[in-house]
Amino acid sequence: MKSRHHRLIGIGLVLVGVGLGATFLLRAMNENILFYYSPSQVAAGEPPEGRRFRVGGLVVPGSVQREEGNLEVKFVLTDNAQTVAVVYSGILPDLFREGQGIIAHGELTTAGVFTADEVLAKHDENYMPPEVEESLKTVHGSKET
Amino acid sequence: MWTWIHKLGSPPHFYRISARLTPWFSWAALLLIVAGAYGGLYVAPADYQQLDGFRIIYVHVPSASLSLFIYVNMALAAAVGLIWRIKLAHAVAAACAPIGASFTFLALATGSIWAKPMWGTWWVWDARLTSELVLLFLYFGYMALRAAIDDDTRADRASALLAIIGVINVPIIKYSVEWWNTLHQPATISKMGKPSMDFDMLVWLLVMLAGFMCFFAAILLTRVRAEVLLRSRGQKWLRNTVEGS
Repeated sequence: MKSRHHRLIGIGLVLVGVGLGATFLLRAMNENILFYYSPSQVAAGEPPEGRRFRVGGLVVPGSVQREEGNLEVKFVLTDNAQTVAVVYSGILPDLFREGQGIIAHGELTTAGVFTADEVLAKHDENYMPPEVEESLKTVHGSKET
Repeated sequence: MWTWIHKLGSPPHFYRISARLTPWFSWAALLLIVAGAYGGLYVAPADYQQLDGFRIIYVHVPSASLSLFIYVNMALAAAVGLIWRIKLAHAVAAACAPIGASFTFLALATGSIWAKPMWGTWWVWDARLTSELVLLFLYFGYMALRAAIDDDTRADRASALLAIIGVINVPIIKYSVEWWNTLHQPATISKMGKPSMDFDMLVWLLVMLAGFMCFFAAILLTRVRAEVLLRSRGQKWLRNTVEGS
């Protein structure tokens, strides 16, 4: 065996070792890396009690209610299984709309309403011109009726 | 094949070949980036949700891809240099670092500018953004380590090890959006099967990506040539080449 083979194996072993270490570390910290909880996880009581956390889901169409005269908005987030009602007072991001993925940061009150102090819009990986979106809608519409 | 690679590893041969290749890559980069920028900014249709705001993708995605691609290149060159003791490979790795760091910074900056209106925040500590920031610090660490050691050979070996260990971060960045809930959206173009982007938009993104690749190749060759000049100072072949031309 030549010395360069030793070096090749050595580097391979270092990579395997560091890779395993990183895997265990990330698995151990899995909970902290999760950026948000889904409404189902909230319903199951997974988020830590008494601490602020993020909840993410789609805005239920027709659930958005605005107060007259101030910035308070109420809406319901869903993951198509469970729902969470959210109250937020502040400026909403551009992409906020019904049916859109939204992540709210705040805490769950005893009444089961999530009081958010930050609302972020989650963009999906789809990009298309408006005409394509229109035609997609009409196709879906004709299927439903 | 092997003799061709061995020849490429010799500085005089590389110096000659790279001189011929650099202008080709430079012109290709200029043409592709100008065409891609025009196509992306004027020809491609606006997005149905983000309207014109999505157009920053034409800089953001190529920069982010390149930041990973360059890191893998750097680690591979470092490994080749370490295992086969090829000095030119170390020169390539060293030349990669500042280019990669620039693209990483560009990806983070353009992403941040886009995120403020779209997400509603400049920055969040989700898995994708954090791991990309770690990549920037890996590049910085690599450059700092090289700069801290005066002796070329020792700087090569120490920094190569750092580059190789850091390669662990590359799959973490790539798959962060699948392994964890993140605010950052999943991959658009590298998805298996049909890309989730309209063809009229996608084609310019691919042109930009090709342009960025050629730009990287041109800059890399130029930087490695400078590195070779510096390392071969006082050698006979270099004197012959410079005086002969």
